[in-house]
Amino acid sequence: MSEKLLMKGNEAVAEAAIRAGCRHFFGYPITPQTELSAYMAKRMPKIGGTFLQAESEVAAINMVLGAGAAGARVMTSSSSPGISLKSEGLSYIVGSEVPCVVMNVQRGGPGLGGIQPAQSDYFQATRGPGHGDMHLIVLAPASVQEMVDLCYDAFDLADLYRNPVMILADGMLGQMMEPVEFENQPHRELPEKSWATNGHQNRRPHNVINSLYLKAPELEAHVRDIFKKYETIREKESRCEAYLADDAEILLVAYGAAARLCKNAVKMARERGVRAGLLRPITLWPFPERQLFSHTEHTKAFLTVEMSMGQMVEDVKLASQFRVPTYFYGRTGGVIPTPEEILEQILKIAGGAR
Amino acid sequence: MSKTQSFILSGFGGQGLLFAGKVIAYAGLHDGREVSWLPSYGPEMRGGTANCTVVLSDEPIGSPMVGRPDLLMALNLPSFDRFERLVVPGGVAVVDSSLVERRSERTDIAVYYIPATKLANERGLHGGANMIALGKLLRETGFVSMETLLEGLKKSMPARKEHLYPYNVQAIELGYHYGE
Repeated sequence: MSEKLLMKGNEAVAEAAIRAGCRHFFGYPITPQTELSAYMAKRMPKIGGTFLQAESEVAAINMVLGAGAAGARVMTSSSSPGISLKSEGLSYIVGSEVPCVVMNVQRGGPGLGGIQPAQSDYFQATRGPGHGDMHLIVLAPASVQEMVDLCYDAFDLADLYRNPVMILADGMLGQMMEPVEFENQPHRELPEKSWATNGHQNRRPHNVINSLYLKAPELEAHVRDIFKKYETIREKESRCEAYLADDAEILLVAYGAAARLCKNAVKMARERGVRAGLLRPITLWPFPERQLFSHTEHTKAFLTVEMSMGQMVEDVKLASQFRVPTYFYGRTGGVIPTPEEILEQILKIAGGAR
Repeated sequence: MSKTQSFILSGFGGQGLLFAGKVIAYAGLHDGREVSWLPSYGPEMRGGTANCTVVLSDEPIGSPMVGRPDLLMALNLPSFDRFERLVVPGGVAVVDSSLVERRSERTDIAVYYIPATKLANERGLHGGANMIALGKLLRETGFVSMETLLEGLKKSMPARKEHLYPYNVQAIELGYHYGE
């Protein structure tokens, strides 16, 4: 077994990307993801890779499109306002069916907002973020080790489905250090990138990467093809972790950093005799709908906890098909809810349910 | 020893609180425990107060944030003012008395005063107040063994700073034996 190292989430995900074969990183600095770019800047030149600090986020994401179109494993990272700027490019990348990995180390918004951790980009990540009929695959790690594990998988998923994959973290996960190891990562069987626009010495017809379809029926067919992939992704790729969920009367639903706080709250509730549990979506898109729905059989109430004004709560309501009441508790703007605050909400609901 | 111990280490940016936290975290890791280390970041890093939170636990760590620490290291007055009242009853605080003149009024926690900055300067261990205070914290709480703490120290130091290892050990031992 390899020795465990203490690393910041931002650094660990950069190392994981390099180990996953990413050799091209295009970025623009922003707190609280800076350590990721800094790590890439230090490492890439030493391993024959590219680190490029672009003149803007818009430039960086279009460089990602270029490198990805040539078949390279490529990554960019940013934080909330920067992701807004990258959204146009992400739409082009979806339309062009090019794989890439994008890291969002979320901070408070809207606008320039603040630099403390938040989860208020859930809608942006799962509903868009760009224009047009599109989705990103969105992965939500809750520990530094999971940032590593999901980073490996993000590159595989991107290549497999030829679609951008977003790792949606936040300032807490990016900045904190935890023990981490990089060995024994499973890899998927992946198809050849026969579509890539790389050099071929005229041994095959030219490949074209494009997102412009001026004939409406052609564009519709193209979009339908993309959505066929999305059906497969929905069927095969949704993931969540269930924690003390099987007998839970009150089931918390939370992802990422908020899920960690909820685990403490669930433990405290159990100590007080309240059967609480936690369902933690690991994929935010596709949302683990079936898994959540299965808990409507025994759960009396859902409590969605987010570091936002309530965004994922809509997916919880949809997935539960309103079979049980869904409550919400959140703090936003970089304020982080305490386990005690969450416990109070659990006890309030438990009191009302009895 | 309880299942989970939480630390808040706080002081001016540049006093090495984040490093001290890393030493504690690596020591915990050396003992096979679960560990987390969470820094304050942003403008606080640039000359104001910096702090970090470390959790050592025998079970997986939920929240890496701690509202009420078991152990506090406060190397300046703003830190002591901010965190003193948050230490859990029965908890321990180590305070740099060369920078903090007041004394705690709490009777339900143990507060130890050590002139860490002054000692560091007197002994030529400049910038070693963090390790002196850490030695004191170790002495008063025994959260790990001295051997384990020094392992943590070794792991926390990048190769290019290896030559500073003996100075850090000296500082830890100075704090550990202070007042004997």
